[in-house]
Amino acid sequence: MMSSLDRKLIRELWRLKAQVLAIALVIASGTALLIMALTTIEALEQTTAAYYERTRFADVFAQAKRAPENLQREIADIPGVRLVETRIVEGAILDMPGFAEPVVAQMLSLPERGPQLLNALVVRSGRLADPTRPDEVVVSEPFAEAHQLKPGDNFDAVLRGRKRTLQVVGTALSPEFVYAIAPGGLMPDDERFGILWMGHDALAAAFDLKASFNSITLSLLPGADEKDVIRRLDGLLAPFGGVGANGRADQTSNWFLESEIAQQKNMSRIMPTIFLAVAAFLTNMVMARLIETERREIGLLKAFGYGNWAIGWHYAKMVLVIGTIGILIGSLIGAWLGHWNTELYTKFYRFPFLLYRPGPAGFVIAGAISLGAALAGSLVAVRRAVRLPPAEAMLPPSPPVYRRIWASRTALAGALDEPSRMILRRIIRWPVRAFLASLGLAMSIAVLIMALQWVDAIDSLAETAFERGQHQDATVAFNDLQPIDTIADFENLPGVLAAEPYRFVSARIRHAHLSERQGIIGAPTGAILSPVFDVDRGRIEVPPGGLMVSRKLAELLDVSAGETVDVELLEGRQTRLSLPVAQVFETYLGTPAYMDMTALNRVAGDGRVVSGLHIRVDAPSRATLLARLKDIPNIAAVLFRQAAIDTFYKTMGETIFIFIGFFVAFSMTLSVGVTYNSIRIALSERARELATLRVLGFSRWEISYILLGEVGILTWIAIPLGAIIGYGLAWYMTSAFETELYRVPLVLRDATYGKAALIALAATLVCAAIVRRRLDRLDLIAVLKTRE
Amino acid sequence: MENEASVIALEARELTKIYRMGAVEVHALRGVDVALREGELVVLLGPSGSGKSTLLNILGGLDTPTGGTVRFRGEPLTLDSERALNLYRRNHVGFVFQFYNLIPSLTARENVSLVTEIARNPMSPVEALSIVGLGDRLDHFPAQLSGGEQQRVAIARAIAKRPDLLLCDEPTGALDSKTGILVLDAILRINRDLGTTTALITHNAVIAEIANRVLYFADGRIVETRRNAVQRAPGELAW
Repeated sequence: MMSSLDRKLIRELWRLKAQVLAIALVIASGTALLIMALTTIEALEQTTAAYYERTRFADVFAQAKRAPENLQREIADIPGVRLVETRIVEGAILDMPGFAEPVVAQMLSLPERGPQLLNALVVRSGRLADPTRPDEVVVSEPFAEAHQLKPGDNFDAVLRGRKRTLQVVGTALSPEFVYAIAPGGLMPDDERFGILWMGHDALAAAFDLKASFNSITLSLLPGADEKDVIRRLDGLLAPFGGVGANGRADQTSNWFLESEIAQQKNMSRIMPTIFLAVAAFLTNMVMARLIETERREIGLLKAFGYGNWAIGWHYAKMVLVIGTIGILIGSLIGAWLGHWNTELYTKFYRFPFLLYRPGPAGFVIAGAISLGAALAGSLVAVRRAVRLPPAEAMLPPSPPVYRRIWASRTALAGALDEPSRMILRRIIRWPVRAFLASLGLAMSIAVLIMALQWVDAIDSLAETAFERGQHQDATVAFNDLQPIDTIADFENLPGVLAAEPYRFVSARIRHAHLSERQGIIGAPTGAILSPVFDVDRGRIEVPPGGLMVSRKLAELLDVSAGETVDVELLEGRQTRLSLPVAQVFETYLGTPAYMDMTALNRVAGDGRVVSGLHIRVDAPSRATLLARLKDIPNIAAVLFRQAAIDTFYKTMGETIFIFIGFFVAFSMTLSVGVTYNSIRIALSERARELATLRVLGFSRWEISYILLGEVGILTWIAIPLGAIIGYGLAWYMTSAFETELYRVPLVLRDATYGKAALIALAATLVCAAIVRRRLDRLDLIAVLKTRE
Repeated sequence: MENEASVIALEARELTKIYRMGAVEVHALRGVDVALREGELVVLLGPSGSGKSTLLNILGGLDTPTGGTVRFRGEPLTLDSERALNLYRRNHVGFVFQFYNLIPSLTARENVSLVTEIARNPMSPVEALSIVGLGDRLDHFPAQLSGGEQQRVAIARAIAKRPDLLLCDEPTGALDSKTGILVLDAILRINRDLGTTTALITHNAVIAEIANRVLYFADGRIVETRRNAVQRAPGELAW
């Protein structure tokens, strides 16, 4: 049998349903975000782990120029190695039908006999290539989708200067290319970069690597010492042009994937925490005021002999119900968003399957935090209410003492009409309450600003990195080092306005016990197309000696300008040397290190050579140039700056910006929840007063002005306050949101403040309009007849 | 029912009460001595602000005095213990307020069971409502009841726990005379049939006719006490 108090609870909740829903939505917003973030991480981690395990993703990866097949046995004997698979990996330029730009491809060999031991392909359509048919290839599924390739289709490719027609027999996904990124690229561009798999012998023939391999992958026994294996492997491969093995952590695709997961973790820590804290604050505020309006009921229950605990529990149940509704809504939306968000990731991170099986942890954490915050907030208010002697609690609160302060005597005050005076006096009489209400609104504006700031930050990042920092139209990378005179050949190509060489050497940089695998870029003196660029200082000249280190790399190595680092070049003669850090510069993308190109060539000992060229292209001759580039041998990759910008925005648009969209939507929920409750509670506090005014002859609009004017003023106060808090939150976000992949600059456009303010104002207007309708229905007689 | 020899149920000595309303000090009670006998019906009469409600609130354990003592059945009330006052209210006192103070979200029956659920030896809500003549309005919400009916629900709520004291603060204040008489009838019947010691505040001198004893209040003091030789029935009253 349900007790009368519980019945009262249910009917009260039903009567206050709009307010209950508004508070529940505030709680739901925080909960949903936290659950979305937590379950996305869980799903990405689980999917990755399962994928890697099922396809036997390798632990160690290494490249060489040309190593004999029989070296494989020696490598297999390295202690700790479980499986070894050798293969050929080469670059090729594809000429895709109907696509003007040359497409970069990475070609990998499939074992001639038997299945792949490591990094097994997951065939998505068709079949694997037949080793006896040299022109058959399997293409990566995203590439096939971008060019609408299906088994049976053909396209032309330039393999080591020879043009061949290749036939697609299947599409596949590989654990090595979950995130398929062209050498030197930043984001996957499935139109301009593809992965092809071909029979081993066919590929060996095409690249003149019979009985040899140039790539090797290993899996390790449990407990094996990866560093030791890499050291021994490097030793074995060194005579054959090895460029330094790396562990799984440094494998490109996995590195991006891990970075993304780390970033998600970062996001799940910071944004929902801020959001949940704000939601808790708002719940607290709203519940406290709601319970204050229940003062008379509390007094009455005490008069009947209900104890403080019984009353406290009664209101705690109210909060628990509201909180639970919020958490339920939040959990459903959060789980749905988490699933959706994870699916979104699989557009860029290509998995053959997706495990979205969120455990209870995320839901429990989110639920406990939300409920705890709501309870804590309201119990303070209940405690205050039950402390009053019941006789006093049942009386309407005695009329507050208003005073004429100095402001009342100014000329401005004289010009005010009585309703405006009422509004101002109320605010001045309860400054703390007014401030808290304003602060609540300000918090929702602040969260909005923090979310919208991302758009500004990413725009600024792209502008700095691609517009101000780089001026080339395309970058051409060679398969092998080319003599510096090659520049002249390229400058003579149709449409090339300028060419600027660069050198790139894989390297390991050490400082004290810290070590980072980071290639060094050699930039020529007076570089203009792609100079070293500091986000604040702009273009910086490379000093003739020493290393230019990006700030993030300097942090990772704990090194500062003037100190010396040990550099181990992983190509050519594998030179080891000590270099002073000449300068530290700030960049938003990656962790690059630069050197003067001549100096780099000197220490590498390969003569005056280049790894590639940055070129400026005359727009009218672009098509002719592109056609020529497709036929030039030894080009490993052509990267277009505009394409990089486009894919950057496309990727951001489909991940971060959508994520931000949710934040904006939730911030608006927050805003509406707070505003609606503030106005609604103000109405229940003042219904009697307003009805009295109506009886005295005030019109509906006039009493609306008295009620809503206060909220209006508080909203105006909230806007600058929210801007300040929002700036603080954005600052905190950007400083906490640093990864090796990118840093987000703290950029806040005026328009962002404006948008946040407009959204808050719109929320206020909508809520005011809803409550206004209740004012029209104010029952004058009933309100005046009863005491409260 | 009541006579001079009856036991004293409730006794207050030298009660004072000072309210601080912002900057102003209000002396609501300036030394009141009063004793209620078992089964007695006492009417407290006086202009508003004379201290009647304050006295009633203190006698009922809703408020605490600034000075003085209250003894219930010979035992002093522990005025500084909220818990003790709460138990006193729960087990011994029933209140009726001028503005009914019903919970609008509960029906008549549920408003009564709100109290019977926590009482030691209550009557059933139906029984309590039948006593006040509302046996046929059990499932009506307060908004569906007239003022007099609402007040009778409040009385049913107050008596359902079979209180030793029934304290009524202007129970007819918000009602017209015809309805007021119905309400007074209900109170009087409870006083007679159940023997509940009853104190009733009014500023309507006519109502005093139904009492055993009338206490006249002015300026925080009892200025006169009068015994009615004959108790009149509410039906004989008119105002």
